[in-house]
Amino acid sequence: MRLDLAHIQRWIAPGARVLDLGCGDGEFLEYLRDNLDVRGMGLEIDHRYITTSIARGLHVVEQDMDKGLGNFPDQSFDTVVMALALQAVHYPERVLDEMLRIGREGIVTFPNFGHWRCRLHLGLLGRMPRSKTMPHTWYNTPNIHYCTVHDFEELCAAKGIKILARDVVDDSTRQPILSRKWPNLFATTAIYHITR
Amino acid sequence: MTRFSENSVGIVTPQIARFEEPLPLACGRVLANYELIYETYGELNAQRDNAILVCHALSGHHHAAGYHSEDDRKPGWWNECIGPGKPLDTNRFFVVCLNNLGGCHGSTGPSSINPDTGSPWGPNFPTMRTRDWVNSQARLADYLGIDCWAAVVGGSLGGMQAMRWSIEYPERIKHCIVIAAALKLSAQNIAFNEVARQAIVSDPDFLDGDYGKSGKVPARGLALARMIGHITYLSDEKMASKFGRDLNSGSLVQGSEENAEFQVQSYLRYQGSQFSGAFDANTYILMTRALDYFDLALEYENDPIAAFRRATCSFMVISFSTDWRFAPERSHEIVEALIAADCPVSYAEIEADEGHDAFLLPIPRYIDVFKAYMKRVGGDH
Repeated sequence: MRLDLAHIQRWIAPGARVLDLGCGDGEFLEYLRDNLDVRGMGLEIDHRYITTSIARGLHVVEQDMDKGLGNFPDQSFDTVVMALALQAVHYPERVLDEMLRIGREGIVTFPNFGHWRCRLHLGLLGRMPRSKTMPHTWYNTPNIHYCTVHDFEELCAAKGIKILARDVVDDSTRQPILSRKWPNLFATTAIYHITR
Repeated sequence: MTRFSENSVGIVTPQIARFEEPLPLACGRVLANYELIYETYGELNAQRDNAILVCHALSGHHHAAGYHSEDDRKPGWWNECIGPGKPLDTNRFFVVCLNNLGGCHGSTGPSSINPDTGSPWGPNFPTMRTRDWVNSQARLADYLGIDCWAAVVGGSLGGMQAMRWSIEYPERIKHCIVIAAALKLSAQNIAFNEVARQAIVSDPDFLDGDYGKSGKVPARGLALARMIGHITYLSDEKMASKFGRDLNSGSLVQGSEENAEFQVQSYLRYQGSQFSGAFDANTYILMTRALDYFDLALEYENDPIAAFRRATCSFMVISFSTDWRFAPERSHEIVEALIAADCPVSYAEIEADEGHDAFLLPIPRYIDVFKAYMKRVGGDH
């Protein structure tokens, strides 16, 4: 399983009702269903992913979250997950609001643009960063809203969003000492457990 | 060795079930006895838990798949989706399709003899609502020994029956597949149906619906009704690619006096005349009314969420991008109500040029998604 997903499943209670925004091929929801007895629902726009998820026996709705999530009632899910999609939505701020309207808690993961390699790319090479987690060229990328660990926490503070927990994934070790201590510099993927 | 392909159900024979127990109808009248004609494809398993009910749309019937004889020209109306290896896989499922009450293909309807008078029911046949069909389908299930459908499936008006099943018989349905349908018709939709009905009733041969006694048929009215319907089942895009402005005869060149005839004109006329020879006018009126009257939430204080709270099955909802008769927005309303009612639901919006008719056609992504969902119905999950 993708590392960020392995991390966030610890924050999901057994039997919870989970909405996964951008559920991909459904691997994560399938894991949650089979191991945590989670009642999940996914949102996805990629046609192949939708078919794969449905074949896995998951409930997936074809819907573009950039066009709104108004069809989901207030507080209708325990947890709303958005893994590696924050940087790809048109209005990240609005989506965060919606996540915490629909769910009691939210879990967000995003590639940290503050990572030292990104800084190196931009600062020294003068080029837009590309990496394993961010492989796209600047002119052809679904990722349109990059942010750093600091940026995200500032936004949460400004919006009164409580950060229940923060975790990080880095590309060096299994014991991410550096990235725990200086996440803005060493985390490749930032992981947040948030609530109102 | 037959000429039918491997994934065809081959030759099928319709069967008739007769019911003597009176059926109370939504209109307040009671049908003392009636017959339902139906076909089945595949085998009912020992646990009797692999049965699928296919509900037909406005002009559909019991013959959904396969052929009636070796030299039958066309297969059943949903042959693309029913058969070995197809979404409704007959290697796995026992598929049942019937002609609804009020139909004109063998089930009791306006052209049947009214036992009280000895002549055809004609316009006096009771008005049918979707719930009446669902109640009669439940009796057919009893008759076939099916306690619970693995799935009830339908497109258009068939999708409305499937939804009705999910809330009126929640314990008798595990999966509900709703294709190109709506919670209720819009005013525009009712308007199209009304024009179709007016075309029929204003045909001098309609005789207030009693044409059966005189041996006449309101063929012109029925053909016109079908032409109107047909336009609404296709999309602007499909009509443009299929016909464009191509001419059948005549010319638009200056100086030519002969009237030009566009291909779309003769196509529509052909569709109309084919249909008027094979369909009953009173049934057409009855079916369009059933469509107009359908309102899933009417008895639930007009709240579709409250209606769907009764359902215990899982749902698959499918719409088509260019369907303007039952547009994707109508399916969004279904999905929104299902989510709010905490019903498990999947939804796919299929890009297709074919308009409302797309639900009958082998559009690759549609078939893939449908198959993927049926895999689950088959017990993988």
